[in-house]
Amino acid sequence: MTRVRDALAGRRFFITGATGFLGTALVERILRSVPDSQVVLLIRPGRRATPLQRATKEIIKNDCFDRLRQELGDRFDSEMAARVEAVAGDVATDGLGLDDDGRQRLSECDIVIHSAAAVSFDSPLDSAVEVNLLGPSRVAAEVESARRLAAEQGRTGPVHLVPVSTAYVAGTHQGEAKEELLDGNRFTVSVDWRDEVDAARRQRSDLDADSRRPERLTGFTKQARSELGGAGLHLLAERAERIREDWVKKQMVVVGQARAQSLGWPDAYPYTKALGERALVAQYADTVPMTIVRPSIIESALAEPRPGWIRGFRMAEPIIISYARGLLREFPGVPEGVTDVIPVDLVVAAIIVVSGEALLTPPQEYQGPSVYHVASGVRNPFRYGRLVELVTAWFTEHPLYDADGQPIVVPEWSFPGRGRVQRQLSRASKAMDLAEKVVGSLPIRGKQAAWMAALEEQHLLADRALGYVELYGAYTETEALYRVDRLLALWDRMDDDDRRTFCLDPAAVDWDTYVREIHLPSIIEHARVKTSAGKSTKPNRADRARKNILSPDRHLAAFDLENTLIASNVVDSYAWLASRHLPPAERAAFVADLMREAPSLLLLDRRDRGDFLRSFYRRYEGAPVDRLRDDGWELFYDLLLAKSFPAGIARVREHRALGHRTILITGALDLVVEPLRPLFDDIVCARLGEQDGMFTGRLDVLPPIGEARALVLEEYAEAEGLDLGESMAYADSASDLPMLEAVGFPVAVNPEAKLAAIARRRGWHVEHWHKAEGGSSPLLPLGPFDRRGSLGRGRTSAAALAGAARRSAGEGAR
Amino acid sequence: MSPRPGFVLDVDRSTPPTLFWHGERFSLEKLPEGSRVIYAPEPIDPLKDPSAAIRAALTHPVGDQDPLPEQLRPGMQLTIAFDDISLPLPPMERPDIRQLVIEQVLDMAAEAGVDDVALIVALALHRRMTEPELRHALGDRIYDAFAPNGLLTQHDAEDPDALVHLGQTEEGEDVEINKRAAESDLLVYVNINLVAMDGGHKSVATGLSSYKSLRHHHNPQTMQQSRSFMDQHRSELHSSNWRMGRLIAESGVKVFQIETTLNNDTFPTAFKFLQKREWEWKAKDRLGYLAASKALDRTPARYARQIFHSVKAPHRMTSVQAGEVEAVHKLTTDNVWAQQGVVVEGQTDILTMGLPYISPYNVNSVLNPILVACLGLGYLFNMYRGKPLVREGGVLIMTHPTPWEFNPVHHPSYIDFFEQVLSQTTDPIEVADRFEESFATDPWYIHLYRTGHAYHGVHPFYMWYWCAHALQHLGAVIIVGGDPAAVHRLGFRAASTLADALEMAADVVGPSPSLTHLHAPPILMADVQ
Repeated sequence: MTRVRDALAGRRFFITGATGFLGTALVERILRSVPDSQVVLLIRPGRRATPLQRATKEIIKNDCFDRLRQELGDRFDSEMAARVEAVAGDVATDGLGLDDDGRQRLSECDIVIHSAAAVSFDSPLDSAVEVNLLGPSRVAAEVESARRLAAEQGRTGPVHLVPVSTAYVAGTHQGEAKEELLDGNRFTVSVDWRDEVDAARRQRSDLDADSRRPERLTGFTKQARSELGGAGLHLLAERAERIREDWVKKQMVVVGQARAQSLGWPDAYPYTKALGERALVAQYADTVPMTIVRPSIIESALAEPRPGWIRGFRMAEPIIISYARGLLREFPGVPEGVTDVIPVDLVVAAIIVVSGEALLTPPQEYQGPSVYHVASGVRNPFRYGRLVELVTAWFTEHPLYDADGQPIVVPEWSFPGRGRVQRQLSRASKAMDLAEKVVGSLPIRGKQAAWMAALEEQHLLADRALGYVELYGAYTETEALYRVDRLLALWDRMDDDDRRTFCLDPAAVDWDTYVREIHLPSIIEHARVKTSAGKSTKPNRADRARKNILSPDRHLAAFDLENTLIASNVVDSYAWLASRHLPPAERAAFVADLMREAPSLLLLDRRDRGDFLRSFYRRYEGAPVDRLRDDGWELFYDLLLAKSFPAGIARVREHRALGHRTILITGALDLVVEPLRPLFDDIVCARLGEQDGMFTGRLDVLPPIGEARALVLEEYAEAEGLDLGESMAYADSASDLPMLEAVGFPVAVNPEAKLAAIARRRGWHVEHWHKAEGGSSPLLPLGPFDRRGSLGRGRTSAAALAGAARRSAGEGAR
Repeated sequence: MSPRPGFVLDVDRSTPPTLFWHGERFSLEKLPEGSRVIYAPEPIDPLKDPSAAIRAALTHPVGDQDPLPEQLRPGMQLTIAFDDISLPLPPMERPDIRQLVIEQVLDMAAEAGVDDVALIVALALHRRMTEPELRHALGDRIYDAFAPNGLLTQHDAEDPDALVHLGQTEEGEDVEINKRAAESDLLVYVNINLVAMDGGHKSVATGLSSYKSLRHHHNPQTMQQSRSFMDQHRSELHSSNWRMGRLIAESGVKVFQIETTLNNDTFPTAFKFLQKREWEWKAKDRLGYLAASKALDRTPARYARQIFHSVKAPHRMTSVQAGEVEAVHKLTTDNVWAQQGVVVEGQTDILTMGLPYISPYNVNSVLNPILVACLGLGYLFNMYRGKPLVREGGVLIMTHPTPWEFNPVHHPSYIDFFEQVLSQTTDPIEVADRFEESFATDPWYIHLYRTGHAYHGVHPFYMWYWCAHALQHLGAVIIVGGDPAAVHRLGFRAASTLADALEMAADVVGPSPSLTHLHAPPILMADVQ
């Protein structure tokens, strides 16, 4: 005899939050364990996918369904098609964003389960308010009208609403929390939820206005520049705007946390959930039959669909992984404290059984909204001290490995107070911040820059760890006990068959086994961390990327020159050309001048590459055109080719051999890159104006810088009928970002620190090309002595360029 | 005291350790008792008055040729072609022989009122020489007189307008050479004959030709049939060049060949110990060895390389002969043999050689792995007449650091050859079939060859073909002290010490093998009986 299962068989469930951790498990369990049941899922419409496509991709294809897939075999697809429907909608919108069809389908459902929530710890206050506070009421409102609609059509409509809340709505204070509505709760201050909604919305617009004040905007722009360097106006503006939005968002998180704490909740999540419950009950207790389910911290599955199943990163996982990585040395908590964790399948079972009970209860016997806790703390307490012991022992036995293949030793735990851990972490974060700033301002590239990117990642992790401590610390220090008397009564009422199918008794968990054999192995697998010794398998990924880039399907390969193909720059070239015909005595003075100027040149280059090139190229004023064009060739073979990256040149040729168009986009002068012409299909470079056989020092053709490079590339691709999505761009610096972003296959070559960090974050392919070992590498980029000059012949030819060099170096013209 | 001839030493217990070159360094190795060490003859006496000898040669040519002054007349077109940077090794102290010879030719031309004179570097597919290198070879006077006016040019085997196709030999070989040289009223070729392979018809037929011509004899099949290419009578390479040379003569190209030979006085005073026999080292030599090897051990390789590449050899001219190509070359060959020939009894199981820092193709540059292979398996292995020093199936052991280094300006196609070709196959015939054409016709390599100082795209293939005979003949090749990755890429085995290498070699040739060490440089030719 199976009371619950029979009551639910053939019923239709309307489910929100199905793409979440709990929601996915719930949908799977209903489909697997409730015969002939159907589910209608409320799915936010994606940009490209229909709700059903999203449901298939994000829910049914999840490994949660592996068991069902196996059980049904060939019938799986047809069964899913027949039993799973999706309607477009969003709990953050009034009316759930349902259209007529959606409302009709809702009215045809028997049970509505609302599990959508903003659980992320860094939700801004207003979005937490929209989803957590207003969401349940919006769902109830639609259930109410669905019942009316059904009644008009002579049907029953949704019988019961099961909103999923959290045990922490009762606060985290010492003492026992009963399974009762919040109005009876003595721990939390009563505030009007409507005022809180208004305040949160107002706060958003206030902060938004604040973020648009000139001094703030200047700050955002400054930050963008420090991140991207001279990447160009458009990109900087884009980045600055993103920083502004992030700032507002971050402030909203801070605001939410402060508000929650001022009212006695650890953070915005339980605060908004609690007010959500209140709003729901206050408005719909009489019109919508409902039972609230309040789980504690939901973790990986105990048994269903398989032990250890988990989706996404939950609350404890990042903390545990940070600890195993040696990043989080300590986490606050009291060893005797109870960590209230509950496996997801127990929560799912409780929701289903509560739904079944509701169906079994005749309407006249419904006594108004009620609450069930699904928590382990009272029935089967799991001490924090034991958790720490288990985790430490497990990682000592199964250490994670660092990038060099060395095992990471997990630290001893001393159960510090939260304040100490926070101080430690914020010190570490600040130190890394400083290190980053210092290293980031150095002109490093290649391997060091990759190291820098790794530092940044560590920093990010430290920041995140700090966030965990700030947010979750309260939970490990929780001394509240969530009673489960009603849950156990429910358990007692279940028959044996139902108990086997829908186990919801927290006593079923053996914590040692759960942590050691189920939870930790599962999250380790999920975290994709290194669990074996030896070097990482990264080369494979690079090889795959390389293969992708060198596919005949690609269209165009664009290359930057300096430090991408050649370890040299416009200043080197200038120094070489200017010193080529200088007599020895003047060479020394010339070198001294140039070295003196180097820092300011570097600074200008970093600030604005366009300005830098324009002002730098003024030095060529008055130089004889013909001789410089000749010298350009010599420069190429004496300096540039010697400093070239053979692998880079081979790559250009490889692209050409594959039939890709190749284009060089550089700020260098045409006379310098002339010898490279046969290597590329096209070259876009700078050209100086000429007058009477002399250079004017002004640019005739401006070199494309920053986003202009992306534009040049776009125009070129369009004119040639090529698809940039199928194209590559190779560059070394963040100032080339627009060009890199314009193509489908960006490649960072020997990236400087900023680009290395960006490439790492975005998963761009990175190449480390180096100079040929056997080439000459002069200490200074100087032209060879002019022998004719030194022989006393052709002395006069030692030259206007030298003269120009002297003039611009401030010696005055002779 | 007249110079002593070459010598084969039998190593016994009292023999001091033997000097091995190791790139920019050297070491002393104790060879097993019973080993043999082959030493070159001592430098033979140079000509007392080189200028007089040159003048005598030009005015008393050999073969069917009139004295040079008689062939010069106003209004004629005269072209003087000369050997490039690959000769001699190391580059010689100033004045270079080319300068001495060409100055006299130019004087005679001036006396005869010849206005139209051009100088051409006969570099075939080698890299173009730099200004300082040309100044060194020709002297500043000639350089400054010719270069600024565009009358000193470097042969461009990829300029279709500067080449002329003279026809095909009876074997169907294309003969395409420098147009100016071919169409001049007289072509004077100035040669420096360092090894027996150089000179003769090869000077013009190879030095002034194009890929179209060269591919007929610069290929694995020809090289495998040249045993050795240092012995022109048993060299298919030479037979082909001779056919071409005769066709050039029949086509009406008048060649006045001037060939010179050098003695093997290879190293300046500080390094004299390098060309002495170890048991005859005096205190000064031992001190020189100690000072040099200790200093070099402390010098980073690239600076050591710079030091060695600045070494100029004190070679002196031992003969000069001029006139008709074949008659001239016969005398030259005899003179080369007089300096380099050593009679050796029988072959050996294991041949050892210490490879120096230099080969014909890396003057002022690094000896990259392909050139390491070519120096050992191409050049030194082939320094024999009769049969190879090492028996068929024997082992060649070379000492050289073999760094994975390339000069990107001089050897760009070598880098790609090493990465793209040798990673696939080391079989010369497969290398030729699968890859040669694409490298030879690659526009980027051609561009670098024509406008820069790069060897032609196909040149690394030729270096590999040079090894073809040795690769076919040998049971194994071991490099001692080489970069293992680079050595393996070459298809060779790497050993860290000579003792290890000997053990590895015994696995190939069997226990108690015979061992012979080729004590070169100075260059020697083994006449294996």
